[in-house]
Amino acid sequence: MKYFDYAATTPPHPDVVRTMAEIMEAQYGNPSSIHGYGERAHQLLRRARSGCAAAIDVKPEEIVFTSGATESNNLAIKGAALQYQSRGKHIITTATEHASVYESFVQLQQWGWEVTWLPVDSDGLVSAQQVVDAIRSDTVLVSLMHVNNETGAKHPIAEIGVRLKKEAPKVLFHVDGVQGFGKMEAKPAAWGADLYSLSAHKIRGPKGAGLLYVRSGVELTPLLSGGSQEQGLRAGTENVPLLVGMAKAMRLAAERQADFAQRTTILRDRIMEVIDTIPGLVLNSRKEGAPHIVHFSYPGMKAEVALHTLEQLGVTVSTQSACSSRSAEPSRVLLAMGRDNACAAGGLRISLGDEHTEEDVALLEQALHQMVAQLRPLERRM
Amino acid sequence: MKYDMLLLRFGEFMLKGKNRARFEKTIITQVRSLLKPYPGASLRKEFGRLYVDLGGESHTELIAVLKRVFGVMSISPVKVTPSETDQIVETAVAFMDERESEFKDGTTFKVNARRVWKEFPNSSHEMNHLVGSPILRKFQQLSVDVRQPDIELRVEIRDQGTYIFSEVIPAVGGFPLGTNGKAMLLLSGGIDSPVAAWSSMRRGLEVECVHFYSYPFTSQRAKEKVIDLARALADHAGTIKLHLVPFTEIQTAFTQLGQDNLIITLMRRSMLRIATKLAERERALALITGDSLGQVASQTLPSMNVIGRATDLPLLRPLVMMDKQEIITLSKQIGTYDISILPYEDCCTLFVPKSPSTNPNLRIVDKIEATMSQLPEWVEQAVEQTETITLHAGENFIVTNQQNEVNDMKEEWF
Repeated sequence: MKYFDYAATTPPHPDVVRTMAEIMEAQYGNPSSIHGYGERAHQLLRRARSGCAAAIDVKPEEIVFTSGATESNNLAIKGAALQYQSRGKHIITTATEHASVYESFVQLQQWGWEVTWLPVDSDGLVSAQQVVDAIRSDTVLVSLMHVNNETGAKHPIAEIGVRLKKEAPKVLFHVDGVQGFGKMEAKPAAWGADLYSLSAHKIRGPKGAGLLYVRSGVELTPLLSGGSQEQGLRAGTENVPLLVGMAKAMRLAAERQADFAQRTTILRDRIMEVIDTIPGLVLNSRKEGAPHIVHFSYPGMKAEVALHTLEQLGVTVSTQSACSSRSAEPSRVLLAMGRDNACAAGGLRISLGDEHTEEDVALLEQALHQMVAQLRPLERRM
Repeated sequence: MKYDMLLLRFGEFMLKGKNRARFEKTIITQVRSLLKPYPGASLRKEFGRLYVDLGGESHTELIAVLKRVFGVMSISPVKVTPSETDQIVETAVAFMDERESEFKDGTTFKVNARRVWKEFPNSSHEMNHLVGSPILRKFQQLSVDVRQPDIELRVEIRDQGTYIFSEVIPAVGGFPLGTNGKAMLLLSGGIDSPVAAWSSMRRGLEVECVHFYSYPFTSQRAKEKVIDLARALADHAGTIKLHLVPFTEIQTAFTQLGQDNLIITLMRRSMLRIATKLAERERALALITGDSLGQVASQTLPSMNVIGRATDLPLLRPLVMMDKQEIITLSKQIGTYDISILPYEDCCTLFVPKSPSTNPNLRIVDKIEATMSQLPEWVEQAVEQTETITLHAGENFIVTNQQNEVNDMKEEWF
């Protein structure tokens, strides 16, 4: 079985697993304790923090460890909205964000905030001008993803950040960096981002670990009450082995980023060509997007059927994003890009890691051809 | 706005005639060490000024860093353009364009052109008009006021290029670091002593820090906190030397005496003796403490009298007449406050007696010390066992566990 669902999660790197196992066995101290066990755990955490910071070119004190990107996104969005509500109650995002951002905005909307949902074009993109035009005097926060998790579409984050800093310096800018880090250059501070979320398990680190970059000077209202861990922004004992694992995974990913992009781009382009030549399949990703995601639709076919057929043929892909694929609704992202219902309900995603080889891709090609051949008689009956 | 360089102006020491060259050299050294984390930036000296070519580095970040250079009065971000009339006018208009959001109806400005390069065809006066007119035409909100303009657009025409700037950002001022000599500062983990260090550096003193620790009564983290404080000071000075003195033995000996109310007095006197020896070794000519009059028992006038007599060196107390709130405000400004308030015990908070003497008697203190025959030896030992580390600006110092604590952290984990 060949796994092509790296955007959902990645196999943890063996070195990361080994590190975490060793730390779990021997370094079980609570980093808040002041005895030797606690001291060593604290040191590990400190090293992990500066490692993570170095990988995205920010300062260690600007890193808040969390349980993953969902928590980071929630803390960034709700934490900023609550903290700065005296500035106004208007927040901006797009219609194609990840569920953890989207639902945070929906929740704030229910709590009385006004949300501008920016529309995207047929490639799934917003422009810097659109963002700037949506700014009002009572706008508190703009939240955008670097790379879309379903289609790989890549917002012009750096350009947007620079424009925002110039034209609305008080408006906070949050970037959900989950699908971008390790795949393309990730420098939130240089982009002018005030907040930036990451998750470890998308880059061969462990599940249950993530971080939020909080630019010095930005204050957030914590969502969890309790101890004063993470500068009071995130109460709860830090998960030392996982966080060290994340730091290691981030270093490995940052070191390999250029190589990753080069290798996966070649494979991705090949997959795109194949899909383009199979009648009945429609590409939704563009070459300008992320190097590791190919999204396509099989209009008239339920995505789940296609997925299971491919699985029988030896390749694992996904429908929508993993976080919403257990719902039967057509993809919110594809609908926002102006695709029709059939297209949005038949979306499939192939996502790559740099471990994939040309042989893997050849297997995938074969499976795609075969899948369409098998399902053709069933088209439009579903 | 995209700036090309920063202009740094010097402060009061410029009055000091013959010493100026030495003072400038000192500033350059400090600027160099603060610029280390920014490889793009480079430094150029000119009479009475420094220029930092940004080379792509962020001007806001560099201004924040260079504002700290002692002896620098002000900083201006500058746009550079070739010294040709058309290009100067064009760049000046573009410069104002970037600032348009600040203009209101009735905002006044003037152009202040200076033709340093005398071969340039237009006179300064002509340039004022050539630059001013298109700006007036383009921005209807602006009017000219040559006496007290809201915006003064300065145009310096030089052989190698023309500098256009308007902002003058105040910097820390004072004397260049070290031009008034070197002193040893007693650095605790508290709020005051880092502020005393910064105040001393601003008056041109090079400061080395001495910290007393009482391992194993205090944790590695207390030490780490002091290292962090010293690193925060290095962000101002470029580099800071920190001497870490083992104090456990002396401190425990004092607790055995049955003279609880004098412990603090005795401890402080020993600290001064050790610091004096370190100062002699490092050729420092004074000791500095963060004492503030009346703040705690050891900082009453009688206490300061008895404690201060333990050293022959001048004892400088820059904060002696300051209010706590002023000290706190300063410590927030220089970036040490958040570190200082971390809650670890250090040797000054250990063994604090129930009623420390606010009025110690010098004769009694002398007598007690005379009964402790080993005291001079312990002082020597402490000096010998002192460990010295050097901290650099912008560096994230990681403590390696030098003390017997088992350190099973593995490099390959990261």
